[in-house]
Amino acid sequence: MNKTLLPISLVTLALLAGCGSQPPAPEQAGAGVEDRNPNAVATSPVGTSSTDPYALAALKDPKSPLSKRSIYFDLDSYVVKPEYQALLDHHAKFLAKNGQMKMLIQGNADERGSREYNLSLGQKRAEAVKKALMLLGVKEAQLESVSLGEEKPACMEASESCWAQNRRGDMLYSGEF
Amino acid sequence: MLASIASTSLAQLSIEITGAGAQRMPIAITDFAGERVVSQAMTSVIRSDLERSGRFQLVDPGAVPMNENTAPNYLDWKSRGADALAAGSLSGTPDGRYETRFRLYDTQKQGAIAGLALTHTANQIRTTAHRIADTIYEKLTGERGIFSTRIAYVVKSAGRYELQIADADGNGAQSALASREPIISPAWSPDGGKIAYVSFEQKKPIIWVHDLATGKRHVAANFKGSNSAPAWAPDGRRLAVVLTKDGASQLYLVNADGSGITRLATSAGIDTEPQFSPDGEFIYFTSDRGGSPQIYRQPVAGGAAQRVTFDGSYNVTPRLSPDGKNLAFVTRDGGRFRVAVMDLASRQVQVLTDTAKDESPSFAPNGRMILFATEVGGRGVLAAVSVDGRVKQRLSVQAADVREPAWGPFSK
Repeated sequence: MNKTLLPISLVTLALLAGCGSQPPAPEQAGAGVEDRNPNAVATSPVGTSSTDPYALAALKDPKSPLSKRSIYFDLDSYVVKPEYQALLDHHAKFLAKNGQMKMLIQGNADERGSREYNLSLGQKRAEAVKKALMLLGVKEAQLESVSLGEEKPACMEASESCWAQNRRGDMLYSGEF
Repeated sequence: MLASIASTSLAQLSIEITGAGAQRMPIAITDFAGERVVSQAMTSVIRSDLERSGRFQLVDPGAVPMNENTAPNYLDWKSRGADALAAGSLSGTPDGRYETRFRLYDTQKQGAIAGLALTHTANQIRTTAHRIADTIYEKLTGERGIFSTRIAYVVKSAGRYELQIADADGNGAQSALASREPIISPAWSPDGGKIAYVSFEQKKPIIWVHDLATGKRHVAANFKGSNSAPAWAPDGRRLAVVLTKDGASQLYLVNADGSGITRLATSAGIDTEPQFSPDGEFIYFTSDRGGSPQIYRQPVAGGAAQRVTFDGSYNVTPRLSPDGKNLAFVTRDGGRFRVAVMDLASRQVQVLTDTAKDESPSFAPNGRMILFATEVGGRGVLAAVSVDGRVKQRLSVQAADVREPAWGPFSK
């Protein structure tokens, strides 16, 4: 774990300097790049507060577990699979640490079948992610769940791999929605 | 057999007949006298209406000039194979309008069995033709025709959604609403004057009621979470809706003006797609309370829900026939989504289509055909199938996806 912390802080610095690929978000504007001492980054001992994995900056770090924002679901299902517990745990810790941050959870469904049922299915998926986060200690006031149904597919092809990508809950933070 | 209607715009629906009824009555529609001067749309619209219904076979009328006052040569028509014959005329009136007159003859009984005189403007030629086709259809089949009714549907082109209203034959499409965000679930009020629908224009699903004549609209449900699946009560005063304000999708009743919200049913899972039975006694809906999405019904006045569909793991979108005897729905079988119909008395189910991505079935007001959305060549099209599965039509718009059809009621 400690081994990964230094590279994260380096990449964080690079992102704050404007090389990020995340969606534009207000809090990235004018971040305190000038305050950082390049030498300190290069030589900083691991495990200090400047490498906190749940600092705000971690949100923009492609190597942070927080960069993963999607929970994928089985056909007709709104059960969060155990493999996503670790990811949800990271997001729960981030939200606990950053009480001012809010999360919008968007539930999606693949294009097949009834649009209205898919809208409800998307809502259930978003709710399932919300409940899982609350079980991990996140305050309900920080969370909002909505459904996009099958209306905003991430992948447009008619194939199982594409449909699987669309059966999804996305976690968006303040400034991203 | 191809009966394409002339396209005047990109948004025009064109209709292709892909199957026809087994027993079709042979009928001849002669060219109406005088229509060459005004518009030849009159008889061509009547002919294609009747042919599209799958219940008539058009007999070539030849070139013998006839009008509604010409005595038919019954033996000649019988020898051509026509059981029925229609003849008429179109003439100008002193006030600049037109009068269309027609008579319908039975060549077996050798007599006139119906007639009509209609005064109309040049813009109403198609409407007049639909009225005549309705008269012929009703006289010869004993059922009301649907040629004068309208359909609503959503056209999606690049970044644009339009709620359109067209004649039942796809002509005369008009846009009621255009938006950059999705529009789904249009539902006609029982009097045909309004459409309730779900619009995402405010970045979340909200239910609107839209008056077609004035274009004025109001919000019928905008609660926390999503608001969707509006269904009119037969009295036109209330809507059954689906809200997530208390968690997952649940059924509520709301007055059409947005007031007086009450809970209709409670379940731990998803309840959605409510639809009133024509007598207003029951709400049919989709629920996954039994572990998979199935159709249930529940008395509106209160009482336990009963499961209606049992075969398969996915039966959704219940739609009652106007007489309340048949239930159309979408069933999934081996990854294919197809329109099926259940005879509610016998619980017999018949799958009606051979397509794979059917959605949104909607009965014609005479209960004879079911309009639905499907996909052909990767593109959304509308299709219609008769309740016996024999007659099939396809309606498509060039270079756009068409979806979410709803067949309007009989005009009052």
